[in-house]
Parts: sequence; C-alpha cells; structure tokens
Amino acid sequence: MRISVYRFNPETDKEPYMESFEVQETQGMMVRDALLLIKEKDPTFTFRHSCGEGVCGSDSININGRNGLGCITRTEDLKQPIEVRPVPGMPIIRDLVVDMSQFYHQYRAVKPYMIRHDPVPEVEVLQSPEERDKLDGLYECILCGCCSTACPSFWWNPDKFRGPAALLQSWRFLADSRDQATTERLSELDGPYRLFRCHSIMNCVDVCPKGLNPTKAIGKIKQLMLKNMV
Amino acid sequence: MKLPRRSFDALVIGAGGGGLRAALQLSQADASVAVVSKVFPTRSHTVAAQGGINAALANVLPDNWHWHMFDTVKGSDYLGDQDAIEYMCRAASKLVYELEHAGVPFSRLDNGRIYQRPFGGQSQNFGGDQAARTCAAADRTGHAMLHALYQQNIRAKTSFFDEYFAIDLLKDEDGIVTGALVMDIETGEPLIIEAKTTLLATGGAGQIYRTNTNAKINTGDGMAMALRAGIPLQDMEFFQFHPTGIAGRGMLLTEGARGEGGYLLNKDGERFMERYAPHAKDLASRDVVSRAISTEVREGRGCGPNGDHVMLKLDHLGEEVINKRLPGIRSMAKTFMNIDLAHEPVPVFPTAHYTMGGIPTNRYGQVVAPMGNTPEEEIPGLYAVGECACVSVHGANRLGGNSLLDIVVFGRAAGNHMIEYLRKNRYHKGIDESSIEQAVNRLQRWERSGDGESIPDLKREMQQIMETYCGVFRTEDVLQEGVEKMLALEKRLENAVLTDHSMVFNTARIEALEMQNLMAVALATVHSALNRKESRGAHSRIDYTERDDVHWMKHSLYSMDGHAMEYKPVRTKPLTVEAFPPKPRVY
Repeated sequence: MRISVYRFNPETDKEPYMESFEVQETQGMMVRDALLLIKEKDPTFTFRHSCGEGVCGSDSININGRNGLGCITRTEDLKQPIEVRPVPGMPIIRDLVVDMSQFYHQYRAVKPYMIRHDPVPEVEVLQSPEERDKLDGLYECILCGCCSTACPSFWWNPDKFRGPAALLQSWRFLADSRDQATTERLSELDGPYRLFRCHSIMNCVDVCPKGLNPTKAIGKIKQLMLKNMV
Repeated sequence: MKLPRRSFDALVIGAGGGGLRAALQLSQADASVAVVSKVFPTRSHTVAAQGGINAALANVLPDNWHWHMFDTVKGSDYLGDQDAIEYMCRAASKLVYELEHAGVPFSRLDNGRIYQRPFGGQSQNFGGDQAARTCAAADRTGHAMLHALYQQNIRAKTSFFDEYFAIDLLKDEDGIVTGALVMDIETGEPLIIEAKTTLLATGGAGQIYRTNTNAKINTGDGMAMALRAGIPLQDMEFFQFHPTGIAGRGMLLTEGARGEGGYLLNKDGERFMERYAPHAKDLASRDVVSRAISTEVREGRGCGPNGDHVMLKLDHLGEEVINKRLPGIRSMAKTFMNIDLAHEPVPVFPTAHYTMGGIPTNRYGQVVAPMGNTPEEEIPGLYAVGECACVSVHGANRLGGNSLLDIVVFGRAAGNHMIEYLRKNRYHKGIDESSIEQAVNRLQRWERSGDGESIPDLKREMQQIMETYCGVFRTEDVLQEGVEKMLALEKRLENAVLTDHSMVFNTARIEALEMQNLMAVALATVHSALNRKESRGAHSRIDYTERDDVHWMKHSLYSMDGHAMEYKPVRTKPLTVEAFPPKPRVY
C-alpha cells in the first residue's frame, strides 16, 4: 500500500514536502498502524497518538483531504495512495504535529466548567433522565480539534471566532439543567465574531469522529440568545 | 550548566484524574501549582476508563460503605491495607457527589439520582446478594470525570505545562525531593521546576505487556523515577489482566457489559462461569474471571478456528439498553471488529490492564519507604497517588470501579496533606547541583550516536518476554527464565542509540526515555513475581497453587539496587471498625 505523508522539520527543512512510503497493508489496519510502520522505517517521522481507540483525541490528522482520527480510520476504506497531512489552518511544529494553542485558548474562553451560584446540596443535584439526555451528543467531545480545523470561519478568524468545538462545549453547559450561568455565557458570546461567524457550512458535522453535531449546538445557542432578548 | 528555572509551591507530575484532583485541592487553597504532563491533560489515560466509580450511594439497591470495604478487602485477597480501604470507602460517597457538583454528567435514574450498576466482586451485607455500587456516565465515566476535573482546574487557574516530559526528580543536599527536571517536548529544552512539595501521579505501566488495554503513554514514568531516586516499588507482581479485552487486539470492553447482564460463553455455548463462581458467576472478581477464561482456552474449550478466545454475549440485552448504557463499546466493537454487539457476541480474552503495585504510600498519599528504623518512614514533601502508587487499597486484585475512586479519594487526600506540608515548610530548600547533573545525564545519554539497537525492537522484545514469562499463570522455571531474559535485554538497552538527535518534538527521544522507564518497571514486576511463592489475587503460581497467609500475607518491596526484595506487614487494622480476617475467597 502506498501512503504519502507531509514532512517538515524546522531544523533541517526550508519547505515542507510530501514523502511517499510503501507499507504492508493488513486486515483491519488503521491509518495510525500505517503511520507507525512508517516511523519504524524512518524514526524521524513525527505525529501524536496515544490511546489507539478514539477516546483521547491526540491523533487528529487530515486523511485524503478530510480531518479524522488516525486510530479509528480504516485504510481499506480509503482511496490509495493515501495522503496524510496535518489538520489545516494551524501552525506546523513538525511533520503532522500542529500547534493547538489557539484551539485550546478558544476552549478555555467559553468557561467550559459547571457554574452554580446556589450552595450545593450534601448529595447529588437532581437531574431527570430527560434533562440528562440533553447532554448526549455534547459531553462526548474529545477535543481532537477535527471540527474547528475544518471550519473556514475558524481559519479566517481563529483569534475571534470561538469555533465549533468551543461552542459545542458552551452549549454543553447551557443545556445542563444544573448550570446557573446562562446569562453570563450568552453575553460572553455576543457580538459579530465569537458565535455569529458560524455560517452553517457544516464541515464540523461532516468530520467529527465522534458523530457530534456542533452546527446544531450553535443553532441552539443562537435560538436561546434570541429568546432571551425578547 | 545554567538551566532555566521556574518555582512553584507544588509540582504535580501527571494530569490524569489523580493529579488533577490533587491540583484542584491545592489551587483552591491558593497554593501555586504546576501540573506537568507529557500529553495535553484530557489525553491522559483516565479518559479511557469506561464502567464507573464505586460508592455506596444506595441509589439502586441497599448499600453502605462497610459492605464496600468488606468487598474491597476480600477482592484484594487480604493484601490490601485495611486502614486505607476504610478511609477510601468512607470517603467514596462524598467524592462522587463532589464530582457531580463539578459537572460530571452521570447517567440518571427516574427519580433524578445518579445511576448505579452492578460490577464484579460487589455484595450486600458482607458477601450476600449482588450489589449495584458503580456510578456511571454511560460507559464513558473516565472521560466524563477527566474532562470535568480539567475544567475545574481551568476555573481554579492551575498552571499547566502541557507536553512537558519529566526526566527525573531533583533533590537538595539532604536528599529531600525539591522538584524535577522536565523537558519541553516541543523545543527539546530542559527546564528545572523547583517545588516545596512534589506529587507523582503518572499512572500505570500496561505497556510492559504486548497485548494490553493501555494507551501508548502508560510507561510507568513516575514509578521508574521513584526507583531511580532510591525508593522501592511495592507489590509489583500483582498485575491485573482484564477478562474482556477484544481478542487479539486488546481494547477494553467494560466490566459494565457483564454488570448490565452480559455473560461469557465457551465453544460449546456453555455459560462456563457458573462452574468457577456458582454464586457471582460472570460478576466474580477480575482475577477469577480471567483465570477461568484462560483455563477454558487451555483445556480446549476456546472459540474460533484457533480456539484462542471466548465470547461475550450481549445481544439479549436489546438495543435500547445497549445504546443507553454501553454506547461506547458498541461503537468500539464496530470499529475494530466490525461486529455489532447488539446482535452478535464479541470475541474476548484476558488482557494486561492495571498495575496494582507501585510507589508505596500511606493514606495521606505520602511516599513511605524503609529508610531508617521502620518499613514505612515518610519521605518529606514527596507524594504519589493513583495507579503509579500503592496505598494499598487494591492489594493483590483490584475491583472494577475502585480505580476511578482511588484517584479522586487519594488525589484529594494528598492535596490536603500537601497544603499542610506547605504551611510548615514555607521556603524552597534549594536543589543540589549533582542531582541536576544526574538528571541531565539521563537526557544526554541519548545524544550518543554510532551502532546500536533500536528502541522499537527492544520494546517489542520486552513486551513479548513479559507476556510469555510473566503472564496470567506463572511457575518458578518460567519466571526464572523471564528474569534472565529481561536482565540480558537491560544490558542491550544500555547500548541502544537514537538515529534522530533533533530538538523539535523528537518523539523518538521520548520513546527512548519511556523505554528506560518500562524496563525498570518490568524488571521490578518479574523479580517480585519470581520471589512470591504462593498464589494470591492476580499472582497465580501453578507450582504454589494456594494462598499462604502464614508466610506471605505481606507486601513486597523491590529496590532497583541489586534487584533486592524486602517485605513489610499488611496493615490489617482498620481506622475504626473491626478487622476483616483472611478467609477462603469464593465467589
């Protein structure tokens, strides 16, 4: 199987380039397995990975033009030669490793934590199964960044637009019956950029390896904002 | 050499649940905290824990902490320290409520309370009917907890050093730990982090085995750092094999699958656990179920063309239960085996999962070692929690749902004790130059070039040796051979070289540093296993089939220097209640 990977080492390379490798394809092989075989041939080849089962979110990469996780993308489902590049729009550190600082900054900016103003009870805060169901499709986010780095609005304004991942987290707390910071959260997102740069292009939904729907979450925030205004 | 230096009150190495829970306690008390992690915090392996966290909330069935304590002591095969176990089980409910308040999206019952499911080794009334003690967020409990703890640390303004690799602990002239040498992975630059108190929370070492449920990052870094600092490791022979890893691949399928009503079948379609554990059946302790599966396969009742696995059957639960309670493993079986477990059984086999042993601590998380007169002398300012530590609440066999509990209970306890320590130790003690030099040498050793073996080859060989010579069933001859092979491999590692000496994000160098850690931990494991001549919990000797409480109800302590073994008594006296004396362990 031929696989072509993006190479750039700032210590030795002036320009990035694509390098092609031949690796033995095996039954049930994932892209990460293929990248590991490349690393055995060339130990300088660099990429992030850890859990190998799609829960840690380390190995977000661009595979044949589409963002995804290397460890749960089967090679047999891909057109060959497979082309692997870093996720787009982020500064490159080395080969497939990108600088995710901007992405994490936007995540922190939406106050992604439970805020309650009432004193907490000595037991759990009650929540009905129906209220809890509203968090499904939101809390499962693994912060891999596939969505935000596939979003043209985020490419253009990574410093101002929160991006799909952060906004999904924002809605995760707005939708939680236990959270008590709705007004603060909504006012933080006001203005032309932070939320409203989303133009419903829906690349985020298309690429999310966990099957989540940031566009829908963003729509819900907009609805809630409107409702609170009238 | 003049290295850049940062100073904090407290240094936490590792950003899984244990490290983050401790950091939160410290940050909320206005201590300045540096959390060093070789991966971005939410990539830590706590994220992969599925089934849940034990606490006797009694939301589903009657329960109380004392029954939980009994089950944990029994599950530990009487090697767990009963003071620490009492402390953990008493604290459990409070810690779970705290997590709930921190935002963990626990699944819910109709009355709005936290959902709890049955798990292995749980009973009501000291060995009676099955209990339902495991609080769950579907089958993504670890993920939900890790994210919530990271989020609360953002709120508390903890300082994070993401993608920094800890090289070694640093000490002052009196040998007190006063920080660590770390390396910024992105730039390859070393950095000294000076701290008044240091916590190791670096997780387990599942990568010593070939087939494991663990992430690539689980390389026993903190355990090896402790060994190099002259601290022994405790009870390393006890390595948990999880009964239901995906056969041949290793990915974990939660015990919650059996908790929700799934069961195991051999090639004859027999529900074989009924023979091994007539009462608890598929919800016996993990060591019992793993041995049963291995025995079925060895005796020719395994499934598949090679007869090398058994089947986990879940399809009778119905799609609704599976989608609600086990969505994560359904998707995993689909991804890796192309099997929809809502409709057909999944092939499973015991898989290396959890390091019961680790850095010896007391129930405050303080590292204790036989330094002077007693076997448990506290080492000032140094703490350890979670899988890298051995407190010891899991003893010879950990119960499912007790590891997520362990990390938050002792993460919090260590955080609190560190705050106390900071009150009495207000000033930095300084770092001895020779200690810096030693740590820098560990890093510079990999600058060597020329001929030598490659790290990936050596790692593969080590994992194979450990699997073959130190697996589920053990004997003297096989372990002895394992020790010799590992010692030979250790020699070869000394001559290994890197071909990539670049500075920027050099993962080959990180893997070499990790390999040295794995080697130290694997040596500790195989030596400890060879020396324990009895069967207890996860340590199963074919040549010593019985538990021997007269000679072996004691903790092992392995030191790196000369691979020496020492032993210390089990703490059988609980804090307030009567001790649970050892009894034959049947499920």
